[in-house]
Amino acid sequence: MLAISDLEVLELEAMANTMRQDIIKMLVSVGSGHAGGPLGMAEVFAVLYFHILKKDPKNPFWPERDRLILSNGHICAVRYAAMARAGYFPVEELLTYRKIDSRLQGHPHNRSLPGLENTGGPLGQGLSQAVGRCIAGRLDGKKYRVYCVMSDGEHDEGQTWEALMWAGNHKLRNLTTLMDRNNIQIDGHTEDIFPLEPLRNKYEAIKWHVIEVDGHNVREIIAACEEAQHIYEKPTAIICHTVPGKGVSYMENNYEWHGKAPTKEQGEVALAELRAEGDRIQKEILGAAK
Amino acid sequence: MAYSKKGVLEIINQNAYLVEPLFGKDIKKAPTRDGYGEAVIELGETNPDIMVLSGDLTESTRTLTFSKKYPERFVESGVAEQNMAGMAAGLALEGKIPFVSSFAVFSPGRNWDQIRVSICYSQANVKIAGSHTGLLTGGDGATHQALEDIAITRCLPNMVVLAPCDKIETKKATIAAAKHVGPVYIRFARDKTPVFTTDETPFEIGKALVLKDGVDAAIIACGTMVYPSLEASEELSKEGYSIRVINSPSIKPIDVNTIVDAAKDTGAIVTAEEHQIYGGLGGAVAEVLTTNFPVPQEVVGVMDTFGESGEPQELWDKYGLTVGHIVSATRKAMKRKPRNPIGIP
Repeated sequence: MLAISDLEVLELEAMANTMRQDIIKMLVSVGSGHAGGPLGMAEVFAVLYFHILKKDPKNPFWPERDRLILSNGHICAVRYAAMARAGYFPVEELLTYRKIDSRLQGHPHNRSLPGLENTGGPLGQGLSQAVGRCIAGRLDGKKYRVYCVMSDGEHDEGQTWEALMWAGNHKLRNLTTLMDRNNIQIDGHTEDIFPLEPLRNKYEAIKWHVIEVDGHNVREIIAACEEAQHIYEKPTAIICHTVPGKGVSYMENNYEWHGKAPTKEQGEVALAELRAEGDRIQKEILGAAK
Repeated sequence: MAYSKKGVLEIINQNAYLVEPLFGKDIKKAPTRDGYGEAVIELGETNPDIMVLSGDLTESTRTLTFSKKYPERFVESGVAEQNMAGMAAGLALEGKIPFVSSFAVFSPGRNWDQIRVSICYSQANVKIAGSHTGLLTGGDGATHQALEDIAITRCLPNMVVLAPCDKIETKKATIAAAKHVGPVYIRFARDKTPVFTTDETPFEIGKALVLKDGVDAAIIACGTMVYPSLEASEELSKEGYSIRVINSPSIKPIDVNTIVDAAKDTGAIVTAEEHQIYGGLGGAVAEVLTTNFPVPQEVVGVMDTFGESGEPQELWDKYGLTVGHIVSATRKAMKRKPRNPIGIP
């Protein structure tokens, strides 16, 4: 495993903070969308796009690229923000999100925007597609890895478990999932609506390697992804414990912010908080660079 | 060969290359699903991207030989049709041409949302092969008799829907599906039915074929109802009627020109299919007629009800899918023609 410097960690944290600001601006601009999930997964997407994934933003169909499947498509604002910041398309285009004629659909559509690997919206469909890509990669002797971001809520879906069991039974070692374990779904807390625990035991029983991380700890996310690359006999599930709405005080851990956008005024409050956090990280970066 | 009341020669289309003799006890019978099984093996030999997925129904869907011949390109999904459709989408988006094989009630029945989003909206090059369609499924009863599959696939953007009429056409449809880039649904059946087309009979996605010409009415049929429609035409010819019979295996895209020509030439249309009367071939033809050239249409199909257990022929009798039912519907359609249509003395 490669050591990662404090400076690199801080830069990834700064990127996550920038993406959070992008997300707020996108949601305020269109007046709809999902806030909680995208904000909660900013570090995970920053790590994937700026540290883990083999990719070429100028050549999004590069055959050797790692595949990132977003199964819980409703959090696509965070993926769009990461892709824009990584150079897949201009950052200004983020403000077309959910608007007419946009490539940035409310739930991502693979044919609308190069670099999206899948169409995602109806929950539970992404992992099956990830499995299909793993089978193809194995058949063709390709080296790419398949990453699948999933929500905890979509573990209510039977298809999720069909795909999980298939992948475990077939030892798909090129498959890594990152679960947004934020404990909320639309109607309330997951353990009230459709209890999922004990998740680790369930995964292990169906032949998965399980790693649990703090989903806001860049170092832990990186370490887990690298560990997954060295598990040769099983697929790996990284359970990312996250705070929904992370970075915006009035949204954090409040399931009511799962599927709505802040007003212009609420957005200003959110951006002020995020900018203050961004400034703090920049100061640390200056300190670390010295 | 016969003459109609109007003295017009009605004749089997020689360019359809149907078997001879077309009628009689000696006609060879085989299940349409056998054509699917033969086709995937042939495709597997020539195209390394062809894959077959099966939902624990490998023998029933006639993919067992493929699974033994090409084990690395065969995916046993288990009884998990939603995951199977999703895996196929993932495979297709990596350049494979997966054939998803199951009973039609499960696929496209149970996994419709996956077909809609992961396959059709995503434009994934997946082929859905649904076996055990129609009442011919027999003793398994209504749960396993797919009678709604055309309706639920025909409404999906990007989807091609094929309902071949016999074993040979099923093979051709499967091979054509592999060549077509984009999602395709092919339906076929369990029980043996007459094999009346030949290797020379034309097949093209988007095309219907006039099997027998006629001017008094036209029967447009698909799948297992095509042969009974030919028999119905033959029966009516004894009474002096000249009935055109059209095989329309391509339900989507549908052959608008052939249907409109039939409406113009005959003024009365009958559709026949082993499917619910709503949303199937009858609906597709009605859509063509109402927007192009409205004429009376009668629909032969299952009348908005579920089937039950029984022998295939008993079920066809009880649920209105026999030669006699097609004959009655054709008489009714002809009676509904305006008495003095413009241009006909």
